[in-house]
Amino acid sequence: MRNNSVRAIALAAALPLVALTGCTTEPSVTQTTGTGTGSAAASSPASKDWFDQSLYDTQNQQRSATFEGNPEQPYLQYIAGPMRDTSKFKAPGAHKVCFANASISNPWRQTGWITMNQQLKALQGTGVISEMETRDAKDNDNTQIADIDYFIAEGKCDAFVISPNSTAALTQAVERACETGKPVVVFDRGVETDCATTFIHPIGGFAWGIDTATFLSERLQSGDKVVALRILPGVDVLEHRWAAAKKIFEEKGIQAKDYFTGADPTKIKNIISDELATGDVKGVWMDAGDGAVAALEAFEDAGKKLPVMTGEDEMSFLTKWKQTGIDAMAPVYSNFQWRTPLLALEKVFKGEPIPAEWVLPQKPILKDELDQWLQRNQGMPSGHYAKFGGEDLAGYPEVWQKRQIP
Amino acid sequence: MSTALNSERSAILKQNRASRSERLLRAVRTPGGAVFVLLTGLLATIIVLNPSFGEPGSFIRFVGRTAPIAIAAIGQYFVIVAGEFDLSMGSVVTMQVIVAGNLIRQDDSKVIPVLVLMLVLGAFIGLVNGLITTLLKVPSFIVTLGMMLALLGLVLYWTGGAAQGNPADSFRQIGRGGIQDVPVLDIIPYPVIILTAAAVAGFVLMRRPYGRMLIAVGDNPSAAALAGSRVWWVRTRAFMMSSLSATVAGILLVGYAGVHPSVGRGYEFTAITAVVLGGVVLGGGRGWVLSAAAGAFALESLFTLLNFMGLQATWRDTVQGAIIIIAVAAASRSWQRKRKGASSAAHDEQHQMAAAPTPAEGTEQGGRV
Repeated sequence: MRNNSVRAIALAAALPLVALTGCTTEPSVTQTTGTGTGSAAASSPASKDWFDQSLYDTQNQQRSATFEGNPEQPYLQYIAGPMRDTSKFKAPGAHKVCFANASISNPWRQTGWITMNQQLKALQGTGVISEMETRDAKDNDNTQIADIDYFIAEGKCDAFVISPNSTAALTQAVERACETGKPVVVFDRGVETDCATTFIHPIGGFAWGIDTATFLSERLQSGDKVVALRILPGVDVLEHRWAAAKKIFEEKGIQAKDYFTGADPTKIKNIISDELATGDVKGVWMDAGDGAVAALEAFEDAGKKLPVMTGEDEMSFLTKWKQTGIDAMAPVYSNFQWRTPLLALEKVFKGEPIPAEWVLPQKPILKDELDQWLQRNQGMPSGHYAKFGGEDLAGYPEVWQKRQIP
Repeated sequence: MSTALNSERSAILKQNRASRSERLLRAVRTPGGAVFVLLTGLLATIIVLNPSFGEPGSFIRFVGRTAPIAIAAIGQYFVIVAGEFDLSMGSVVTMQVIVAGNLIRQDDSKVIPVLVLMLVLGAFIGLVNGLITTLLKVPSFIVTLGMMLALLGLVLYWTGGAAQGNPADSFRQIGRGGIQDVPVLDIIPYPVIILTAAAVAGFVLMRRPYGRMLIAVGDNPSAAALAGSRVWWVRTRAFMMSSLSATVAGILLVGYAGVHPSVGRGYEFTAITAVVLGGVVLGGGRGWVLSAAAGAFALESLFTLLNFMGLQATWRDTVQGAIIIIAVAAASRSWQRKRKGASSAAHDEQHQMAAAPTPAEGTEQGGRV
């Protein structure tokens, strides 16, 4: 009998925990629709820290800004602003570029990496770049810091290209690269220093969040439920997307419930199935398109009406969007930015001025453009990104179709 | 129970002659039985919070989506009850998912050959794990950890860490489809059928000589060896069953979710947690195979319950962890008490050996009595 009582006590101890969590969260779930503030499970305090009003306002304006340059070459367009004088770097001949890459561990980075290598071949052909030595940090800050220090110690680099793994951790390593006196190009995620010759990036995460959340809230009513599928916490590019979207959902009274999925389709499908079991899900918001197909399949398998949805310009999502005919949009985190660093270095070696902060266009794909983008990317694999911007490079389209990762 | 009884022999007799309901009650009081109580409690809570979950159609879908982890838990059970670990399980799932995606693509004619290849690969990985553990005497914790990293590296090398696209729909039907238009249930997903088959096979196997041997080896390998069993081969087969179950889980997951390098991540720990939650003792020798499967269902129900309660994404994992620790602690406390012989004399296997030279009826299933 005694062993029973032990188990009974332990289980009884577990019950308050379950009850407690139920109590603390449920009121906030029910309270939302009325007030329109403090939304559902979305009230994770962390995203408040990521919200930056001035950055939000800047990116909101940049969404409608005019870009300098030829729209046929979006990877060379930029928003007018302070320019960097590069005459001191002017030098003839071919130069060696050293690239410290954060990783190629997701389809977006892989697509960009393929494009970058084709761009490299073009510049090797014209005698601007002799070779590019690349070190892949495999998503690890320490590895990337070591990679950059290796390049500096080796002393054979004529220019650095750095795609930082994370913002704060890489700042000092980038500063050390700047101290070598060679041109330094930072792209994608940023660092907390402006010592680099240029920082190349699309408009940013807040613009993504504004585009997507506005799209959803225009089509939904106050009180409707949106499931927000997020990859992981703590990455600025992704956190900014959610911070902006969350603010707009709260303002419009949309019940947004956020989950971290790690892009794991099993988790995504379980989450959507459970949400569908508790009530109608009217919209799906994603901070990246990876896994969008699994989310839609969950609706199909449950026999529910497909949601209004925002994904990304990944081919798997665009194809599924076309097949199902859902009301959707594909925000774009311009993949063609992977070409720009090498083209920027071409200008640097010629001594031409370049923007100190090179803001590339970031235009979502809307319904009326869907067919056009599917047409342009016919035969591309599912992990390919429609706005990869490498149509004029040698090897198009076979290299991207076969998706041979260099 | 029968602490008042003075004779060991009569304690056994009394236990064996107990009525069906008494025996059921006694089974429920073991950790392997308590998991069924926990599972029922969790499911009841979910249905109270959200009645539509209890409808046959949505419930059978829940069973279907839990099938892969339950099958993995059954596989992990064989290894754990034999006194070992299999940490390579998650990587085997991931590898098989990628193999399916990359080799089948959209070609229906490749479905069968690739399926066979995957099963052979699964058995081979288990064989390697088992032989290194048993013949080279490397602890299975290290062997399978090494295998986990080796396979993950292979996947990374092959894919660069990102998905290549889903295989042909005919292959995905195994994990996604089902028998349609069934009365009441609406659909019987194929994973439910495969899980049922796996559970029945596991149940029967544990009642056959091999199953007894497995538990004996887990309880005391030296004694089992002295009694004439080939310990190395018994354990190696357990590793092969574990890898094969991971392969089957992988096949179902490709259908259910699709191809992605993150599919299968953390599966080994979920499976081990499920097995322990099912009252199976780490270190081997005690536990019931169906309790391990029930442990998987209890875990999955817990995750679903947390989804329904609308817990904040940021501290969901913490709550999950706390509940799992409490549940496992509750289970292990009662085993410890039994081991010390604080309760019924009939539960002590040593006494049984002394008292009854011929195996008595009703003392089967190792420590589950």
